[in-house]
Amino acid sequence: MPDITVVLPSILQPLAGGQSVLTAPTDGPVTVVKLLDSVTAGFPVLARRLRDETGALRRYVNIYVAGDEVRRLQGLETEVAPGQEVLVIQSVAGG
Amino acid sequence: MVGMTTAESFVLAIGTKKGLWLATSQDRRQWSFTGPHFLMAEIPSIGIDTREGRTRIMVGVRNEHWGPTVAHSDDLGTTWTEPEQGAIRFPEDTGAALERIWQIYPDAESRPGVVWAGAEPISVWKSTDGGEHFELNRGLWDHPHRSEWGAGYGGAAAHSIVVHPARETVHVAMSTGGVYRSLDGGTSWEARNRGISAYFMPDPNPEFGQCVHKIAADAAVDGRLYAQNHHGVYRTDDNAESWNSIAEGLPADFGFVMLTHPRREGTAWVVPLKADGERIPPNGELAVHRTDDAGGTWKRLSNGLPTGEYNSVLRDAASVDTAEPAGVYFGTRGGTVYASADEGETFAEVLAHLPDVLCVRAAVVAGA
Repeated sequence: MPDITVVLPSILQPLAGGQSVLTAPTDGPVTVVKLLDSVTAGFPVLARRLRDETGALRRYVNIYVAGDEVRRLQGLETEVAPGQEVLVIQSVAGG
Repeated sequence: MVGMTTAESFVLAIGTKKGLWLATSQDRRQWSFTGPHFLMAEIPSIGIDTREGRTRIMVGVRNEHWGPTVAHSDDLGTTWTEPEQGAIRFPEDTGAALERIWQIYPDAESRPGVVWAGAEPISVWKSTDGGEHFELNRGLWDHPHRSEWGAGYGGAAAHSIVVHPARETVHVAMSTGGVYRSLDGGTSWEARNRGISAYFMPDPNPEFGQCVHKIAADAAVDGRLYAQNHHGVYRTDDNAESWNSIAEGLPADFGFVMLTHPRREGTAWVVPLKADGERIPPNGELAVHRTDDAGGTWKRLSNGLPTGEYNSVLRDAASVDTAEPAGVYFGTRGGTVYASADEGETFAEVLAHLPDVLCVRAAVVAGA
């Protein structure tokens, strides 16, 4: 089955060894939480930038699956199909 | 003279709403700057640890998008290190997540490697490895008063930590909750607010619930501490068993800053603001006030400060160094930083037009 790809914003790429895209091999649909666990396993600082120590997605971090932000779907339990692209995008926030 | 040999210089660290600036000086008048470090992240806490023959700058960093973390530099900001798993991380059983690091406090010379931190949600942490990893203080976390502690305007946090250099006495101040004292190094904690008003509560003299803005210890008198409260300036001479007002002689009893002299008995500095509902320098005239008699009298210090200043000075946006005479430093929410090399008698602007200044720390260091 095709990999799932996770696309990082440029500001986070140094925390992923300079990679802009992380890939997760899969043999079927996985939840976003499992996907994040998988692709950030080797990048603990990146993991902490996305989620706090309770596992919650940080307030101004948005994750899009097939064009929809996961908070409008099933949150981190949203399923991602093989071959899909997941986007990590920071909110437009701050002053 | 103390701390003024030719091999020494001064480091000034300025944490703002959008990054950190670092300055060095040989004379506390001419400063060289680097920054912004951590651009777009707020720096609400800084600790400069000059123990063990090195200068380690520790910073609490909080990015609106990417959360809080602690980083440190041993080369005056040329490089920064962030522990991979995070220096401060709530244990899983607490169900809590770190929001903001409000205080980083290197312990005494006699306890090398020990660094304390105060954080939001209200919590105290202790590191024994120079601030690289902190452990949650369970005594305060599990305190039965916790459910009744509240949030000040800036959040619910332990913002002041004062550790006795020889004994196992630790004082913590939180907003809101008040002053808590431990006599056993942090294992157990008791509220110690008798005499401090909480005028905003139904009972204005509760055991706890006060909104203490900052506490500091008198370096020369055992058991004496000073507190700048949410209205009210206080002193205790009995290790916080009781507090008495020392606000008489000040133009206002509101403010956030409380600084004490690194060695001399009875000397403390505050920066009064007019009132809770009017958080500007009284009449727009910015001034530091110093007492040299433990709050009996206050001297207004404004030489070198502007008139027509309408920005406040936050609780950690002020610092003293350990030189003789002591240096006094502070920054405003308007992004101007002032320094005095003579204990506040004269100030000079050292940097302006920065983002809101959240934290200022200064230290005498070897050969910066």
